Amino acid sequence: MNKKPVSKKKLLGTPYFIWSVLFIIIPLCMVFYYGLTDKSGAFTLENVLAIALPEHAKALWIALGLSLIATVICLLLAYPLAMILCNKKTGKQSFIVLIFILPMWMNFLLRTLAWQTLLEKTGVINNILGFFHLPPLSIINTPYAIVLGMVYNFLPFMVLPIYNALSKIDSNVINAAKDLGANSFQVFWKVTLPLSIPGIISGITMVFIPALTTFVISKLLGGSKILLIGNVIEEEFTQASNWHLGSGLSIVLMLFIIVNMVLTAVFDKDGEGSFL
Amino acid sequence: MNKVLIDLKNISKSFDGQMVLDDLNLYIRENEFLTLLGPSGCGKTTTLRILGGFETPDTGTVIFDGRDITQLPPNKRQLNTVFQRYALFTHMTIAENIAFGLKIKNKSKSYIDDKIKYALKLVNLEGYEKRMPDSLSGGQQQRIAIARAIVNEPKVLLLDEPLGALDLKLRQDMQYELIRLKNELGITFIYVTHDQEEALTMSDTIVVMNQGYIQQIGSPEKIYNEPENAFVADFIGDSNIISSTMIEDQLVEILGTRFPCVDTGFGTNKPVDAVIRPEDVILSSPASGRMKGVVTHLIFKGVHYEMEVTANGFEWLVHSTGMFPVGTEVGLDVDPYNIQIMHKPASEDEEAVGVNE
Repeated sequence: MNKKPVSKKKLLGTPYFIWSVLFIIIPLCMVFYYGLTDKSGAFTLENVLAIALPEHAKALWIALGLSLIATVICLLLAYPLAMILCNKKTGKQSFIVLIFILPMWMNFLLRTLAWQTLLEKTGVINNILGFFHLPPLSIINTPYAIVLGMVYNFLPFMVLPIYNALSKIDSNVINAAKDLGANSFQVFWKVTLPLSIPGIISGITMVFIPALTTFVISKLLGGSKILLIGNVIEEEFTQASNWHLGSGLSIVLMLFIIVNMVLTAVFDKDGEGSFL
Repeated sequence: MNKVLIDLKNISKSFDGQMVLDDLNLYIRENEFLTLLGPSGCGKTTTLRILGGFETPDTGTVIFDGRDITQLPPNKRQLNTVFQRYALFTHMTIAENIAFGLKIKNKSKSYIDDKIKYALKLVNLEGYEKRMPDSLSGGQQQRIAIARAIVNEPKVLLLDEPLGALDLKLRQDMQYELIRLKNELGITFIYVTHDQEEALTMSDTIVVMNQGYIQQIGSPEKIYNEPENAFVADFIGDSNIISSTMIEDQLVEILGTRFPCVDTGFGTNKPVDAVIRPEDVILSSPASGRMKGVVTHLIFKGVHYEMEVTANGFEWLVHSTGMFPVGTEVGLDVDPYNIQIMHKPASEDEEAVGVNE
């Protein structure tokens, strides 16, 4: 009696199941196969351990460092913004949210290319600076440009989860804190911030992971001078045609992502509870 | 009489052009259990929020203990609020919740620990220090919210429909608990509710509000037995409100039948409203009543029967422990002191403003 509706529900999941097998599970298996074998097909850990090579390790550290900086900047920009959004009346709120989501609808490559045009040595910004007889900026092809690109592209992913977490806080909980004698700073530090931690954590994940794995931003805004781990992997696939090494390094990167996601899961579960 | 602790003077407040409170005047005495009672949208919660400092009135002043606190922020006021739906800090333990206000005031650890113990004992939740709010039932959470407020030793406790989310039985238990708490603490309680039974059970003074105006202020007995207008009579319990004529002092004509009553000073042959509580209608045999009627509905309510009796063209609501089956001819009578005479409102406006003293 009970079986029918259950199997029907399962049936509805079939398209996604097929999709995930074809485009997630099989490719993942292939990554692991290539990553753990050499050209002759024999098992080896060499491709994974290749991360320890100085040029690979350096790319990984730079990627970790820059994406961490970008994540922190995103958090510092997004939190006050999300708080302002929460305090706005509904009409204004949706307009401001729209302004922030609008860039997300435009192609990621286009947006990054636009920054390239803006930042170039003879680009728009330097032309304007030159017009006012100000010294030109040389940001392009530096880590600053990469961080700028990361922050610009991923900021909405930090704003939205924090905004969601903040808007879920009952205004009477804030009022209760004030009622018990807390000033604005104490209300924020003891109530608002701890209650918004689940949003902060998912915002960090949603910014940190794409920033860590990007190769487009570093390629367009970093020239070919600054290699992130994403660029190294990309080059192994496209230029060196060494799928084995590329896959091996991808596995290492995946480990970082998994660690991040496990941390997220742990904090999200306890986030409501005893984090602070 | 205790001295006046809070004085609200000419308070008006509107939201987006909608008048919520219009020139409200109210004083509250020390150690009083005062209830703001009224239907939703009557301005009772806004009045409480103005007292708590969460709203600023458009005009008027709030005097607390002789001091003007109209512009004072909530964290500087010597009163604490128990919110609707508890508003506990879900990321803190029960002990941390209760300690919140005391920690902000930089009290010593031993003082705070003593206070937590004392408060939990007071609300009958000893040993709950380490629990999280989410693991408690609604009634328990509400008691923690009360404990969290009273450890700060406020002069006044504001309660915003604190029992609204609880089921009937728990609500009744909590009513007795609140009365006990108030007597033990010896502080002023200002309580907001739309539940007339709750108001009658707990209050020293009831303030009946409607559409931003105070309709009547008085003790529960006075509000119930001597409602000043049709709104109060209708809102507090069931009642028969009948258009009548005051023939002379102590004599009223209701639906063509003359009844002796106790009210005086309404003039002669003046149109008035007579209010008769359903439990004050006496049913008997048709021969002995002042008025004859027929029972048209009968419902068993547990303590009493609820009947509708058609007499002289009016559907009388009657509560009686005696049962008269549908279709029975009965006699109706009312004792003189159970007839409450009210002026007829001249207009809708007067109905609202008339009693605002």
